[in-house]
Amino acid sequence: MKAAKLRVLENRQVSERYWHMVVDAAELPDEVKPGQFFNVRCADEIYPLLRRPFSIYKINKRERTLEFLYLVKGVGTQRLTEIRAGEKADVFGPLGTGFNLNAEDGAMLMLARGVGIATLAALAQEAAEKGVRSVAVLSARSRNDLLAAETLESYGAKVYKVTDEEGNSDVASVGKLLEGIFREENITAAYTCGSKRLAELLQRMAADKHIFAEIALEENMGCAMGVCFACVCDIQEQDGSVRTVRVCKEGPVFPLEQVVIA
Amino acid sequence: MSETRVTPETLNLEVRIGGLRLQNPIMPASGAFGQEMDEVVDFNRIAAIVPKSITKEPRKGNLTPRVCEVPGGMINSIGIQSKGLEYYLAKTIPSFKGYDVPLISSISADSVEEFAEMAETIGALPEVAALELNISCPNLKGNGLAFGMDPEVTRRLMVRVKEVTDKPIIAKLSPNVTSIQEIAIAAEEGGADALNVANTILAMAIDIHSRRPKIGNVMGGLSGPSVKPIIVRMIYQVRQVSKLPIIGCGGVMNGEDAIEMMLAGATAVQVGTASFINPTALTDILEEIKGYMVQYQIRDVNELIGGVRIS
Repeated sequence: MKAAKLRVLENRQVSERYWHMVVDAAELPDEVKPGQFFNVRCADEIYPLLRRPFSIYKINKRERTLEFLYLVKGVGTQRLTEIRAGEKADVFGPLGTGFNLNAEDGAMLMLARGVGIATLAALAQEAAEKGVRSVAVLSARSRNDLLAAETLESYGAKVYKVTDEEGNSDVASVGKLLEGIFREENITAAYTCGSKRLAELLQRMAADKHIFAEIALEENMGCAMGVCFACVCDIQEQDGSVRTVRVCKEGPVFPLEQVVIA
Repeated sequence: MSETRVTPETLNLEVRIGGLRLQNPIMPASGAFGQEMDEVVDFNRIAAIVPKSITKEPRKGNLTPRVCEVPGGMINSIGIQSKGLEYYLAKTIPSFKGYDVPLISSISADSVEEFAEMAETIGALPEVAALELNISCPNLKGNGLAFGMDPEVTRRLMVRVKEVTDKPIIAKLSPNVTSIQEIAIAAEEGGADALNVANTILAMAIDIHSRRPKIGNVMGGLSGPSVKPIIVRMIYQVRQVSKLPIIGCGGVMNGEDAIEMMLAGATAVQVGTASFINPTALTDILEEIKGYMVQYQIRDVNELIGGVRIS
């Protein structure tokens, strides 16, 4: 992990609520893995004060650039939109654990909602590079928020879209959709991010079908280095005991079966 | 003959806290420091290592969300998530073995006897240079009550802990009291070797959309730039009534803030929230202090302590 001021190559609005930022990552020494995140300073001021954690949306190894897709939600992300191309972004990372791409002998399923789509996009990118087939079920408030769908399709993913405005994003409907996908595709690994109710659904289904599954968790963070213990979740061990772990350090990616979804 | 000019190389940054000799006045605040930071901070350059407060038994900590941002600060309600004394002795302390700076153990407990028991055990370790008694965490008991809000209990605790260890004792005071001077006097009378002024300030924030508190534990401790003027005032007040060295803690974000605390009366300064925003804050602050000293040709950092001019 490293604190660095990276040159912003692009920072533009891509839909009503989402922005897309590309930074020059040439000075970062570490390899960045899908699922890892950067803690980004939104403005050099005391409000917004804390950094914001953003997962990697796209990793361009050859160009040595990184891309973030972020939801404009509050004062921090609003200020982040004011950074222009050519200016510097104060980023700290890469942080946390990445996904384990574990579907070589079949296809992988991605189940994401909202900005969780951005987190899984980098995994879809890695899958495409390794020749792993992928299927994505994307859930969002509106069709307008499904902006990563085209990116996923460009990686060869088969994409299913469900939205609140169409009325097909409830757990029962998504459950039926997933059953069909499990029947038709040779799904050997599953990944989720962005919704607790969808994570619970996938947790049940993956357990029933004995499928490897991981989740990327989102939580308010303080330091993002593992020292403040602000971002925690409970993990159920095989012996039944429950352990409280740090999302920033031990995660944000965890085995789905172990996470106690509150 | 004029004296030689002060340069970064000729500065004296060494300070003393209750018998402890520190190479400079900048150390981390307990709870905002961990082994994990050695990837970004050279621990051998800071004044001391101050691991997170330890409790005797493992503690789960409070409900999430445990942190929220407010203008100029953050509220936290971690609730001292702790792996317990056994783990601390076996793993945490040995993990700092390779560094050449004093280790200050921060202890949290629910009773005088438990504080004494832990102080005896931890104080006996040669690796531990001093003990910081966290009598002020606002996140442990109901309504933000802390152990160190009662002068008599504070006095009794210091007396009892001094009976079981020879290591310097730093009392970490609570700012959530009517008179911090009263508690400071009690700690000094009880035998404390130094005072930490202070812990976080009890606070609350509400999300107006969900109408829910922004912190799982409803209330938490405010830290960050917004608390600094309050802490500077408290350092100044404590300095009026106590001869003990003071460690200023609360809202230091840069060298200027640290110098301000020293001018108010602090001998050393702890840095917490700033490291979350700037991971290299500890060493950056130190460099800024050096720059200030060269600018004003101050050879010895001790000249800053209590140097505020009140006419």
